[in-house]
Amino acid sequence: MSNFINGLLRFRRGAWEMVASLLIALGVVMLMQPFWMLAFTYSFIVTLIGTVMFIIVSHFPE
Amino acid sequence: MSGTPIDRLARATPPSLARRVRGLSDRAIAWLFVGPSIVLLLAVNIFPLIWTINLSFTNFKANRLRDVEYIGLRNYQRILTDSGTWESMQATAHFLFWTIFFQVLIGFALAYLINKKFKGNNLWTTIIVLPMMLSPAVVGNFWTFLYQPQIGLFNYVVEFFSGVDASSFSMIGSTHLAPWAIVIVDTWMWTPFVMLICLAGLRSIPDSIYEAAECDRASKWRQFWTLTVPMVLPFLMLAVLFRGIENFKMFDLVVQLTGGGPGSLTTLTSIDLKREAFEKWRTGYASAYAVILFVTVFGLASIYVKALNKVKER
Repeated sequence: MSNFINGLLRFRRGAWEMVASLLIALGVVMLMQPFWMLAFTYSFIVTLIGTVMFIIVSHFPE
Repeated sequence: MSGTPIDRLARATPPSLARRVRGLSDRAIAWLFVGPSIVLLLAVNIFPLIWTINLSFTNFKANRLRDVEYIGLRNYQRILTDSGTWESMQATAHFLFWTIFFQVLIGFALAYLINKKFKGNNLWTTIIVLPMMLSPAVVGNFWTFLYQPQIGLFNYVVEFFSGVDASSFSMIGSTHLAPWAIVIVDTWMWTPFVMLICLAGLRSIPDSIYEAAECDRASKWRQFWTLTVPMVLPFLMLAVLFRGIENFKMFDLVVQLTGGGPGSLTTLTSIDLKREAFEKWRTGYASAYAVILFVTVFGLASIYVKALNKVKER
């Protein structure tokens, strides 16, 4: 866990890619779940933030 | 005039132009060759994408070219608060999850069996691969006949195995069964594709690894879980990626089979999108819909490719 937080603080690719991946996965689950309309409404913005973040952080150093 | 076409072309080139070309650097010549491909890529892929994003902020209708206005994020707001779109997403999720689940399960099992040396396994491979070679329109059409409650073969097979009266249920007409009807047909058609990829993975494992495992007295069960599965996993993940992207935009097969019905129960996002774009002519709205689907698929594919690379590095 401390490695992960260190990675975030030092702008390392692995940790930030993990955050971006989690956001994308969360966005897709929110988009396709059948339970909560509000989650569906905000799904796209979560996926978009995750995807843009993924593109940016994949250029961070290892 | 004689010589090769290149000689003739060289002679026909005006001296001033020839001097200029001779003076080009390697880098410039490389750009000269790559340039047309880049221009084509920009024209066919990038420009439509940017244009679609631009249209998604307008109320543009392709059948009424006047009165186009920028309406900001209103299209996105409408789509993401529309219960019909939400239902389409759920139908797509159901279709995606179950088709990939069954295709991976059956595809891998078939590949595992075909990989065993037995008489006529080439013939069986050809027979299994046949559905994949058919046109989705043809498959959709003949499965519609197979699913007919009165004359369809499918209902009689179900009756034979389960005892349920063949005319008592309709795969396409029933609200409970229609989502499964499209899953069955897609699984039937595309399992061979997953099988072929798995087969390539299984055939890439050298026999020496199994022989070493035999020497270490590893059981068949252990060999399967510690050798076969990890070594086939990258291939399997690739198959899931291909099928996932393909099924996310599934259109033709489902339109032929159910037309999106009963009601809107099997209206997948691509069918919904086509109706918005080319039946209701809400081009701006449909563009926003397409952008949402694009970002979703792009995001998913990005994390999936990252996972795939990690598996390959192991």
